Amino acid sequence: MLKAADVPDLTKDDLLGFYRQMKLIREFERESERQYTRGNIKGFLHVYNGEEAIAVGAINTLREDDYIVTHYRDHGQALARGIGSKEVMAELMGKATGCSNGKGGSMHLFSDELNFMGGYAIVGGQLCIAAGIALAVQYRGDDQVVLCFFGDGAVNEGEFHEAMNLAAIWNLPVIFFCEHNLYGMGASSKETLVMWDSLHEMAAAYGMDRYEVDGNDVLEVRDLMQKINADVRAGKGPAFVVARTYRLRGHSVADPADYRPDDEVQYWEGQDPIPRFRDWLTDEGIATVEDFDEIDASVDEEVVIAAEFGESSPWPEPEELYDGVYTDRPTEGIPT
Amino acid sequence: MSVITYRDAVSSVLREALDEDERVFLMGEDIGPYGGAFAVTKGFYERYGKHRIKDSPLAESVIVGAGVGAAMVGLRPVVELMTINFSLLAMDQIVNHAAKIRYMSGGQFSIPLIIRTVTGAGASVGATHSQSFEGMYASIPGLTVVTPATPRDVIGLFRSCRELNDPVMFVEHILLYGTRGDAPDTGDYRVPIGKADVRRTGKDITLCGYSRMANVAEQAAGILAQEGIEADVIDLRTLRPLDSETLVNSVKKTHRALMVEETTRIGGFAGELVSQIQEDAFDYLDAPVGRVAGAEVPMPYSYPLEMAAIPSADSVVAAARKLVNGS
Repeated sequence: MLKAADVPDLTKDDLLGFYRQMKLIREFERESERQYTRGNIKGFLHVYNGEEAIAVGAINTLREDDYIVTHYRDHGQALARGIGSKEVMAELMGKATGCSNGKGGSMHLFSDELNFMGGYAIVGGQLCIAAGIALAVQYRGDDQVVLCFFGDGAVNEGEFHEAMNLAAIWNLPVIFFCEHNLYGMGASSKETLVMWDSLHEMAAAYGMDRYEVDGNDVLEVRDLMQKINADVRAGKGPAFVVARTYRLRGHSVADPADYRPDDEVQYWEGQDPIPRFRDWLTDEGIATVEDFDEIDASVDEEVVIAAEFGESSPWPEPEELYDGVYTDRPTEGIPT
Repeated sequence: MSVITYRDAVSSVLREALDEDERVFLMGEDIGPYGGAFAVTKGFYERYGKHRIKDSPLAESVIVGAGVGAAMVGLRPVVELMTINFSLLAMDQIVNHAAKIRYMSGGQFSIPLIIRTVTGAGASVGATHSQSFEGMYASIPGLTVVTPATPRDVIGLFRSCRELNDPVMFVEHILLYGTRGDAPDTGDYRVPIGKADVRRTGKDITLCGYSRMANVAEQAAGILAQEGIEADVIDLRTLRPLDSETLVNSVKKTHRALMVEETTRIGGFAGELVSQIQEDAFDYLDAPVGRVAGAEVPMPYSYPLEMAAIPSADSVVAAARKLVNGS
């Protein structure tokens, strides 16, 4: 574990900012589960509980003009990138004020302004798109990096291998970041993924720089990502990162996750990244109970405001149904 | 007016795109030093270099997916899927991503991507290489599907496609590359997207096809004319958006219609055309709307069997004669 002296570039405000983002994600997800139960959020809802240190640790190392491409469990990354909690909650509720105007939903959050290139819900597809964004960066001679998140389930998709090979052979500035939470939906990766316990080594087959990190330690994630970003930005080609972590909830809200062994769940509950970071901040003498209380209260308030905003926001107008299929023309089949 | 081949037409509009727009690059299998499976990009690699002519791995999903990603951030890639049969390996990117990102993002990201590919049967390349999936793609909101049948339409449609900001399936036909036709006179010649071409006019029946089958329909009309049957021949040119107005107006005039397409009848695009005709011109019909389509078989390799499985001018003539004369 890093010491405060290992991160001299981070001020107390920075560190408490990380704590606040992680806490915001956790409380946002608690609220989204509540709203789901109340019927205000429909369809699928995949919460990010337990993986907050990854989004916060990784995304805070990016420049504003870097790109993020991610998976369907995307609320945490959206919030860490700075999409407003109100706009994310409104999107979950399908409201016109959502960050995708209510057209995308929980799994398809986008922000053009923040180069948040979308949550993708067909597992593995986003790696190919991330490779393409990186190709554009290279084509233009720019120096942005593309950070692409996916889970261990995606590693079994053909698109993973197509994208890894293309990025490597063309030396593209993309970081393939695997949130290795041990499950692809309800199936244990121990049963489905031959390299589950040394997953980062899969990138050896592509001659790619590869790393494994404790995904529940926000500072370790950040520290590693700073180094990788610099390498990738300097033209050293793509990198593969595997962050070991755990979903503290089921695959989706509809999943009680009773297929998981109790001792495994207990172990990982003990690794919860938020108490771990809070303890670290306390032990290092950086923050006090009062600091945490203040932040927790402001997070609670923000989440309440987000939920109220979502609930009070208007639905998209029925006539918006056909808007946005094409840029320059109406879509076909609009009833007359 | 000069005469050029369909292949030359495709090559010329690709060169034009590369010359005019720095944001355009090509990506696909064997488009580099090999010159393209159908020799469309012969000499391109030497002329434009590796930066703009990207010879990709045999990996259709990432060919299209990388095109989607590059298009999202402002480039205008033209990617090639060697044939439409291989597009099945890229369907996730085409259908789930390219077609939907604009709508799902609330209009924040457009995908100005042209996916060139090759459809069609009749080349003796067996069941896996002789399919016609353009109608399937035409069922997907968010896509534009273009099926030029002549060199002139290749040029005019490709130029129009470049002006779109959304994903296009630009579907060429395997048997048409060597065919010849008039080149357009001017560099600004355009064929509007979603505008059918009335190839020939007649009062007795409407023959409608797209891609090579439009040519077959036109050939059939020539034969029918010798028998005194005058046909309207409509080349749809684009399947999505579909110019059903031109089709329906023709049927209102001729009162009979025959759809010609290469893919199998069940679930084919002609079924959609028939539906639109009956919805909008039911009262004008003097006979059921007919279809001449591919046989319900995986395409056989053996030449006479393959010829028996795809529409020909003769089979179109026979079907048209039956609709007009009742026998």
